[in-house]
Amino acid sequence: MKKIWITAGVACALTLAGCGGGEKPAPKADAGATPAASSGAATPDMDNGATITGKVIFDGTAPTAKTLDMSAVPACTAAHKTPAKSEEVVVNGNGTVKNAFVWIKSGLPTDKTWAVPTTAVPITQEGCMYSPHVVAVMAGQNLDIKNGDPTNHNIHPMPANNPDFNQSQPPGAGDIDHSFAREEVMVPVKCNIHPWMRAYIGVVSHPFFAVTGDDGTYSIKGLPPGTYTLEVWQEKYGTQDQQITVGAKDSKTQDFTIKG
Amino acid sequence: MAAWTLALVTAGGLVTSNDAALAVPDWPLNWGRLVPPLEGGIRFEFAHRVLALLVALLTCWLAVWMQRREPRKWMRRLAWWAFATVIAQALLGGAMVKLIDPKVLAVAHASLAEICFGLTVAIVVGYYTDRGAGNWVASLAVAVLFLQAVLGAALRHGAIGVVPHIIGAVIAAAIAMWASLGVIMRHLDDGKMPRPAVVLLVFTALQVFSGVAAYSVRAAAIDDPQPLPLTIWTTVAHVVLGAMTLGSAIVLALTGEQKNAEATSR
Repeated sequence: MKKIWITAGVACALTLAGCGGGEKPAPKADAGATPAASSGAATPDMDNGATITGKVIFDGTAPTAKTLDMSAVPACTAAHKTPAKSEEVVVNGNGTVKNAFVWIKSGLPTDKTWAVPTTAVPITQEGCMYSPHVVAVMAGQNLDIKNGDPTNHNIHPMPANNPDFNQSQPPGAGDIDHSFAREEVMVPVKCNIHPWMRAYIGVVSHPFFAVTGDDGTYSIKGLPPGTYTLEVWQEKYGTQDQQITVGAKDSKTQDFTIKG
Repeated sequence: MAAWTLALVTAGGLVTSNDAALAVPDWPLNWGRLVPPLEGGIRFEFAHRVLALLVALLTCWLAVWMQRREPRKWMRRLAWWAFATVIAQALLGGAMVKLIDPKVLAVAHASLAEICFGLTVAIVVGYYTDRGAGNWVASLAVAVLFLQAVLGAALRHGAIGVVPHIIGAVIAAAIAMWASLGVIMRHLDDGKMPRPAVVLLVFTALQVFSGVAAYSVRAAAIDDPQPLPLTIWTTVAHVVLGAMTLGSAIVLALTGEQKNAEATSR
């Protein structure tokens, strides 16, 4: 009998012990990954480096974007004049693909570290959607997460190689700064309050990457001479790799074609 | 008590199916207060927490009440075990929030929920009937059905693929049918059809069909940008029917075939 009461007491104490807990603070960038900008860190050589440009072409009939059901949250519905659509595949008017992430996957000197930009990359929750849908940062570079909605959000990236992170952001709350210490392509982001909200973050250990926009083009500048694996990532269609060799001051074009 | 626990299992299923597990990023408070803003996924997670608190209080009350009134030691122990598992379940739930939903904890949380429900079912059976002669096939069915529930939880939380769960379903359904049909066949002539065996058979069939339905709906909805009601409800129905199948196997295993027939005829 006495044992039973002791066990119950310990159980209750353990339960109450969690009462002081609040939200998990946003983890800071880990030491040991990409260092922040320092005197020894390299920057892209815009004068003598090579430039790769190109576009991501969609081959086939563009899929019809699915309508998002925001009816559970009136504040989200009210933010859109017409029903919002999924941004999983966005084919531009010129037949190119928006929100494709292009980066140098391999080929850069492994002994070189690259200066991390001190400017943060913004990502905004607006109309209960992420804008932009795909963003890219260097490892160690800050993301500036804003809530532009009159409603609550929780920002929840789900990295595989970086520490987890989940934080609430009520309307009018200050921006949340967050960085990822390690390279990871891609980190999915979701809001558990509004399950249709999804974004992707490309985290790279160097500055040679780009995300295609409304014209479907990309441009990577200041590359040292060498042979590289260039990769494109698209949310639905996955990745494609291409080899490319560039010399000093070269300007090359490399297109990708995604088959629908 | 068992009904409230089943409601809690349902609420947990709704949280997972609505992808709302981390809509409330803190614990035990909710967005820093007792009652959070009730919108979107927060509603599911908060309802789950409130139900969990209610079940914890009810289980505590049950354990204390049994300690004072129940003469059978094994029943008193069962009640305290139920309370202990509910508290462990609450702590696991809190750890999931704090550690941002690691798969292993999510699977453990879903699996422990089945144990909590099973214990409350056992208490109900023990309270209303005498312990029967036992039925070893039904006991085997309980073990296999529980393992199948663990596999289901692992599948749901992305820890495994669908194949182990399908293989488990075939084995679990076969053993559950063996347990129930064996009893039913032995009582075909005497007219004393043991109700727990029939219930187990019915739930097993429903569970197989709901599993096929849930899988088919999910496969068809793979391109949906968000969880939609049909996907949510077929999956939650499968989870709840799984718990009820396990519960009916526990009833059959505890009461035993002869006692079942007697209990049914009372």
